[in-house]
Amino acid sequence: MFDPKGFFWFFGVIAMVSALLCITRRSPIASALWLVVTLFSIAALFVLLDAQFIAVLQVLVYAGAIMVLFLFVIMLLNLGRPGPSDIKGPLGLGVAVLLGAAMLFLLKPLGSATLPTAIQLPAGSVAALQQQRGIVGSVANPLFDAYLIPFEIASVLLLAAIVGAVVLAKRKL
Amino acid sequence: MLLSPALAISAVLFTLGVAGVLFRRNAIVIFMCVELMLNAVNLTFVALAQVIGVGGQVFVLFVMAVAAAEAAVGLSIILAVYRHKQSVSLQNMNLLKDG
Repeated sequence: MFDPKGFFWFFGVIAMVSALLCITRRSPIASALWLVVTLFSIAALFVLLDAQFIAVLQVLVYAGAIMVLFLFVIMLLNLGRPGPSDIKGPLGLGVAVLLGAAMLFLLKPLGSATLPTAIQLPAGSVAALQQQRGIVGSVANPLFDAYLIPFEIASVLLLAAIVGAVVLAKRKL
Repeated sequence: MLLSPALAISAVLFTLGVAGVLFRRNAIVIFMCVELMLNAVNLTFVALAQVIGVGGQVFVLFVMAVAAAEAAVGLSIILAVYRHKQSVSLQNMNLLKDG
């Protein structure tokens, strides 16, 4: 018997535990690899939330491209060996835990949030749209229709990022 | 209904990202924590897209594009700083601090 809620919490707990390990490991390589585990389990959560296309992109773009970029820079700077700890002293740690706890307290109502029924679609209508248009089509249709101008702006942004990365990383212009 | 567990998990992930930014000194790890926060927000978008409409999934695509641009530029800034200071610790980046 397939139990979406059980699977959801299973992958959610994996994501939270590996995120905790990611921010507490001393070696940047270990942090990066735990972050990859987090990104993969978030991709699993996307699948359970009827967003299969986004899940594939998550694995390709985040776990594939962006994390390879991170590991590449860590390797380039030769930071693989765990050096002296970069975690702040007891004062910094205390402040971070305190602010984190405050933030979690503020975000806690999200966990029991209910939306007003006026803005909710009827249950299963996103799944029905995906049946009708296909999983990619249901995302691509609004992307090239209502969101066309933001899409073009995103391409300009990526071009600017490419040029900026080359200029910044070049030794001498 | 998976909406409230998704929002709870993304709140925890976002908080972990904030805590990581606050208590680490390694610039690359701080950058990874920022990516973690972006992912927590993406999870919120996808969870709400299931209830409100598929537009949230489109927005996740834009967040991914911005995150890719940010990672490319940010990591090359870290490379440039490393070339000057031979370190990626934020303790050594104090050019704007007086005294």
